[in-house]
Amino acid sequence: MNAEILLQTLASGVLIGLIYALVAIGLTMIFGVMDIVNFAHGEFLMLGMYSAFWLFALYALDPLLTLPLTVLMLFAFGMLLYKLVIKRITNAPMLSQIFTTFGLMILMRGVAQFLWKPDFRSIENSWVAGSVKLAGVQLGQPQLVAGLGAVVITAVVHAFLTRTRLGAALEATAADKEAAQLMGIDSHRMFSLAWGIGAACAGAAGVLLATFFPIFPEVGANFILIAFVVVNLGGFGSVTGAFWAGILVGVIEVMGGLLLGPQYKTAVVLVLFLAVLMFRPQGLMGKA
Amino acid sequence: MSALKITVGLALAAALLPFATNNPTHLNLAILVLMAAQLGVAWNLLGGYAGQVSLGHAAFYGLGAYASTMLLLNFGINPWLGMLLGGLTAAGLSFLFGWSCFRLKGHYFAMATIAVAELVQIVFTNWDYAGSAVGLTIPMSGQGWGAMVFAEKAPYYWLALGLLVLTLAATLAVERSHVGYYLRAIKDEPDAARSIGIDIARYKQIALSLSAFFTALGGSLYAQKELYIDPASVLGTGLSIKMALVSILGGVGTLFGPVVGAVVLTVIEEATRVAFGGTGRGTDTIIYAGLIVVIAVFYPNGLLGWLRQRRAHGRAQRASLAQEAAR
Repeated sequence: MNAEILLQTLASGVLIGLIYALVAIGLTMIFGVMDIVNFAHGEFLMLGMYSAFWLFALYALDPLLTLPLTVLMLFAFGMLLYKLVIKRITNAPMLSQIFTTFGLMILMRGVAQFLWKPDFRSIENSWVAGSVKLAGVQLGQPQLVAGLGAVVITAVVHAFLTRTRLGAALEATAADKEAAQLMGIDSHRMFSLAWGIGAACAGAAGVLLATFFPIFPEVGANFILIAFVVVNLGGFGSVTGAFWAGILVGVIEVMGGLLLGPQYKTAVVLVLFLAVLMFRPQGLMGKA
Repeated sequence: MSALKITVGLALAAALLPFATNNPTHLNLAILVLMAAQLGVAWNLLGGYAGQVSLGHAAFYGLGAYASTMLLLNFGINPWLGMLLGGLTAAGLSFLFGWSCFRLKGHYFAMATIAVAELVQIVFTNWDYAGSAVGLTIPMSGQGWGAMVFAEKAPYYWLALGLLVLTLAATLAVERSHVGYYLRAIKDEPDAARSIGIDIARYKQIALSLSAFFTALGGSLYAQKELYIDPASVLGTGLSIKMALVSILGGVGTLFGPVVGAVVLTVIEEATRVAFGGTGRGTDTIIYAGLIVVIAVFYPNGLLGWLRQRRAHGRAQRASLAQEAAR
């Protein structure tokens, strides 16, 4: 194996890993704030992809242009889903929580199939296409833009959490719900906010992916398991952890594919996942 | 009436069904209900009684289906023996499953089980000796009870019923033995259970091995009934979910909960499929998923739990009325 292939693989692993990180950030935030694992998280990504697709197909608006609109729509959708469904299971047994979000996952896939048919769709001729050569490494422009976009959005979320009062309130709720409530922070408002942000991040990842990944109702299935792995590695509830873990998982996945063959790339990630669950359940970066 | 008498009575009555109808569609629906019920009861041993929510039981089902089929195709081993060996294989491998997942709790355990099942599916999808993604076909050549291959539906119905009764009997035996009491203690008060000296890991593993064994038997029966298996049909995530769902719908940790859940879920599934399935637009999936959400949100204790609550409520009301009247 020569250095060029290795470098090439590393770079593509980092780029896809940034997308994984963006998907996982919302998942980790929802878990951190309210201890619920959202199995329907990949479906937010799917909705983001379809939003980008239809705005492009119907109004010829480029995905990059419509990104803010999609993010807003998904933010509203996440809050709505919380108000209509999730709010009712906040204190329910774990089994009903698992099956509620699981049912939502199948439901959203079904509705997408009903409305938009099971066909694979793609966005052709968007603003970013082709590839560029950077330091001897050939990179697809859509992937490069998607990776950069993911970094920017992650940075914005991080800044929101660390620099604003609302973000601090969210972090406080994640750290200790009861104490935060005593300080006058409305838990339900924070939960709703977490679902909004979570959906918006996954939706944004969907838009960024839409220019180079097929769009179909079950596309979320490709990301949800990976997102679980990322959330675990980064430590449940940690946005920074999810960011670095996303990159790590992306790199490990493509390296595994390179060494063992592409059919085993997911297996490598899953083995790593199990190993971390067993030996460091608090995550690679989490504190014991 | 005791649970034992109910089981025997219902089983005897159910055994007569093929004499009442030989409509293959009806019998097939009945077989699907029995098979789903058996899997639910087997899942319930771990998920209900021990409180360990597994979303990876398809791994055991697939191991059972693949073990009996591969033993038959490659070594000519009789499917009855193959079924038993498949069950033992799954029970044996469940130690690995338990070792890797049991130190995790709640959500973490559930997610780890998904990962394990996914790994097993990847292995079988890429394993040429096991037919890889193409799958394996059981020849129709030898028919009859010896070969466990039949042209008509009735024998499969009796097999599925027999397996369900066997699994119920095992659950009943566990429920009434000290293992059952320990499991309930572990589920409700793990710290207290440990403090009185119950070896938690050991009893969780007993529940898992039994659960894996019976789930694998169900897998072998599926292979013998369909005469064709591939990774998607016997190792898919949807299957793991269905096993859990059947129990949750009926009521986890109860003997007959999964049976009730299997009847309701299978009938809903088949009815929506017949009514809306042909459209190819996923209407059946939408109804199915919508029901899952409604049940999970509004009936967290399952149908049996809900009925019990209503009955208790009614009793309390009657008692207070009687008290009023007496005054």
